Parts: sequence; C-alpha cells; structure tokens
Amino acid sequence: MSARPSIESLQATALELRRAILTMLNKAGSGHPGGSLSMVEILTALYWYKLRHDPKRPDWPDRDIFLLSKGHGCPALYTVLAYQGYFPKEELATLRKFPTRLQGHPERGSLPGIEMSAGSLGQGLSIANGIALADRMDGRKRRIFCLMGDGEIQEGQVWEAAMTSHHHHLDSVCAIIDANQLQQNGPVKQIQDIEPLADKWRSFGFHTIEINGHNPNEVVNALDEAEKVKGKPQAIVARTVKGKGVSFMELNHAWHGVAPNAEELKKALDGLQVVNA
Amino acid sequence: MDMKPTRDGFGEGLMELGKTHPNVVALSGDLEDSARAHWFKKQYPDRFFSVGIAEQDMIGTAAGFAMAGKVPFACSFAQFVTGKTLEQLRMAVCYQKLNVKIVGSHGGLSVGADGATAEALEEFTHMRSLPGMAVIAPCDSLEAKRATIAAADYPGPVFLRLGRAPAPMITKESEPYIIGKSVLMRKGGDVTLIACGLMVEHSLEAAESLHKEGIDARVINMHTIKPIDKDAIVAAAKETGALVTVEEHTVLGGLGGAVAEVVVQNQPVPMRFVGIQDRFGTSGDPKELLKHFKLMPADIAVAVRDVLRVKPNGAAARR
Repeated sequence: MSARPSIESLQATALELRRAILTMLNKAGSGHPGGSLSMVEILTALYWYKLRHDPKRPDWPDRDIFLLSKGHGCPALYTVLAYQGYFPKEELATLRKFPTRLQGHPERGSLPGIEMSAGSLGQGLSIANGIALADRMDGRKRRIFCLMGDGEIQEGQVWEAAMTSHHHHLDSVCAIIDANQLQQNGPVKQIQDIEPLADKWRSFGFHTIEINGHNPNEVVNALDEAEKVKGKPQAIVARTVKGKGVSFMELNHAWHGVAPNAEELKKALDGLQVVNA
Repeated sequence: MDMKPTRDGFGEGLMELGKTHPNVVALSGDLEDSARAHWFKKQYPDRFFSVGIAEQDMIGTAAGFAMAGKVPFACSFAQFVTGKTLEQLRMAVCYQKLNVKIVGSHGGLSVGADGATAEALEEFTHMRSLPGMAVIAPCDSLEAKRATIAAADYPGPVFLRLGRAPAPMITKESEPYIIGKSVLMRKGGDVTLIACGLMVEHSLEAAESLHKEGIDARVINMHTIKPIDKDAIVAAAKETGALVTVEEHTVLGGLGGAVAEVVVQNQPVPMRFVGIQDRFGTSGDPKELLKHFKLMPADIAVAVRDVLRVKPNGAAARR
C-alpha cells in the first residue's frame, strides 16, 4: 500500500494507461477494448494505492493478490503491470502475437505479476476463497481482490463462490464488479438482467459498496472502507461505462471484442482526455 | 479373500497424509462420508472444508489452496467431480499446472442401485484428455491407500478413481507402488489382459479359467492410465502378440484407447476391448450389473478366444 495519491495523479495515470491500451490493441489487431477501458480507474486505484505489492518481487509471499477473473480485460492489466515495472513496456507490442508472454487471455506463470489464468468466466472468486482459506490456516494477513464483469456474474459458479466467501466469513476477500452495462451481444439488462446488483451481493452476505467506478476518489474510498470490514467478505459494485474515454466506443457493444484500426486509433487518441466522473 | 472398497483405502491413505503432510487439506461437495474423507474430517477438522453441493466452486477453491501452497484433495462422486467440473479442471487446475488431487468415489457400474446418473463411466476419457492430468484407478484398498499417498507427492494434478463395492485384496505390500509403473499380476505368453480397478481381479479369474483350456494369459494391472506404462504394453504386444483391455468404463477413449494408442504406433497386434459399449448404466445389484454389461471373467475369456482367432500364429491356431 502506498500513501494516498492525489486524484489528479491517478487521473493522469489513467489517461496514460488508456492511451497505451488502445495502442497495444491496434498493434495486436484483435482483443477487447470495451471491457479494458471500463476498469482503468479500478486498476489504477489498486496498483497505485491499495495493493501491497512489489514489482521487483512478484513472488513475495506476503503480497496482496489481484485476480482478474474477467480475463478478456487483460490488455488493461498488462498495461498496468508494464507501467508498474513488472516487465518492459516495449513488450506490450507483442500482445497476442506468437510467441508472446502476453497471451490473448492471461496465463499464470507466463508473465511476472499475472496471478491467475483466466478467460473462462466465473472462476476467480472460488480461487480467491481458496487462497483466503489457506492464508487463514497459515496466519498470513493479506488482501485478495477479485475483479469480475457484470456479464460474467451470470455464471453460476460466481454465486456458489459467493456462498463460500460468506459461509467462511472470508473478510480478506474483496469482490469488485466492473458493472460496465454491456456484454458481447448487447446490454446486460436485455440479455440476462442481473439487477438489483448491490442487493444481490448484500443478500449473499457481502458488505457491499456501490460507487461510480470512474471516480478515483470513490474507488479509493471504497477500497479503504472494504479493508476495515471484519468477519464479512466485501463487494464493490463499480458502476462503469464500457469503452470509457473513447466517445465512439462508449456503451457500444460492437467494441466488446474488436480492436481499433489505424484510423480509429488516431480518432480515439485524439479524443482522449482526463475522465471526469 | 479380504474384501474392502477402494474408497476405504483412500480414506486410510488420507488419514496417513494427515500425519505426515501438514500441507494436505481435503475439500468435499457434501459427499465426504461416501468418499471416506469423513475420517480425515473428524481427525483434522481445521484442514477439512465443505463447499456444499457445489463442485465447480470446490475445484476453484482447491485451485486457490494449491496456489497458496497447500495440497488439496477434492472429493465427490467420480461423475460429479469430473463431469460438472471439466472446465474448472481444465483452466483453473491443469492450465495453471496446480497440485490439485481430484478424488472420485463411486466410479463404474458397481455403484449399483443408484443407477445411471451416479455410475461414472466416462471419466478416464475426460480426465485423460486434459493436459498434465494423471489418471489412476486402483484395484484394491491397499493399492488405493498407496496411490493416495503417492499422489500427494506427485507433482501436478491427479485424478483418483475409486469404487464403492468391496474389492478383493490382490496386491501386496511387498511389491513397489509407483505412479505410472504397471504391475505384472500373472505371467503368460499367449495373450495379455490389461486391466484396472475391479477388472484386475476379474482378469485374473479369467486367466485362471483360460489356463485350463491351455491358454496362458499374462495379466497386467495398469493402475495408472496416464501417464501410461508404454514399456510394459510394448513388451506385452511383442511377447504375447495379442491384447485385451478390461475396464469398468466406456470402451471409447479410456484404458483401452490409451493402450491402443501405444500399440498401433509401436507394435501393432490384434486387440479387443472389454468395457461399456457406448451405453448408460442402470440400477441393480453390482454383480448383476457387471454380468449384464458383460464385464465378468467369462466375458473376458470370450474376448480372449476371439482375439486369439485373429492373432498371427495364435495360441488357438497352434493347438
């Protein structure tokens, strides 16, 4: 954990990350911009403030654990890890290109800082619980964060895991929902409504905090509040916008899994500015 | 003969690991009594975790335990722990190369009365196809106990298939038990029976009766279906010229398939496959079912006579 950074510095970092995400996706020629852009402020608050981690010691046994369950959002995570110094930034240009450590979906062990393989949705929270239970046996004090998408939580395993987090009072587990409103084929509301989202997590026994997921202040405050909770897992329902920061991608599900071409990239980068949520 | 189900051997092995391996933990989808993990639960309550009737979550949780340095044994019925969880086993366990042990009790037809939905008949095929997953089917409770202990020290994911029906004790403490190394149960030069689980004993009985007809059958206990003991298979093909595989499992892609993959690429000889013929199980007394689905010693003998008819210079031709 670092000292609480200024909102301006978090915003500036987020802007830089969005630029890098779009650029790497353009280079890769495929990938998932929408769900990467929606989680930038969440990752920024985690990696530049909340997480106890050390890029020089990715295997540090007492580090906090971040699990990206929505694996398709990995361009954002790869960018964060590179900007944190886990590996050289130049390597971002190898996303999805054989042979690469930057797999289309994250592979545990392939790249420093990647804690979990993901891509098949709905599995991260179970894994978070397993780590938390083992930590409890070992008397290890650390936090485990699991970031999921709002479409992802249609997976039944998520709710099996939610019951496990609650049953075992796993207060080291913090679920974060990037509720960006869209999934591959359209609005979550139309495909399989998951609302009322906060009530669902609350009823499953989670201390639930609902925030604007693009407001760095709200994200930081939610992470602080969650850490203080004892005897209960926490859920942060982050209300976000898929494709945030790029006007023509925002809330357009066509940008779930398509990379910008050169012209679109230029247009996107030209329009990028500090997100004021 | 001493009779005990292989699941009991697992329960005993797990108790042993409780003493010797502080990192071993057990998880269950509310079937710990059926899988005989409840002895461990009673002795080591702080190292036992129920996740309720939620197998997918159980496998994910087990993966988390392994990521934090534990050696989890995740237990349920063989059908549920491999069938409901194939995706979790593939991504969370195998792709991440984790040290998770999957324990499936109630494998095969010998579950009996519970019928088709509880009778796992396809797990070898599913588990064998997952990169890095070892697949083990012990033939008696002693072997099950030793397999359990060996699995804890074996790096990477392991699937253990156990039975509910009492199985006669046919292995010996004096013989070494090594994952991936088959056991020669009976010498013979005319044909080789390669079996696992309850079918090892049936194969020995079949060999006994064939002996009276002048057919000398070798019997191999192929307790590890993956990684398979290639050397023993190639030697058997070379030396006996005909093979019959025997399993309480579908003939599609299980032990028979694994043996055939070795045979056709190294030492092609005629083969026959004794097992379930693309069907579901049904309710009944275990013995009755093994008879109905043609897994009795007499059925194995039929397959042997059949393969010997096509064996070049076969035993049948020689007589």
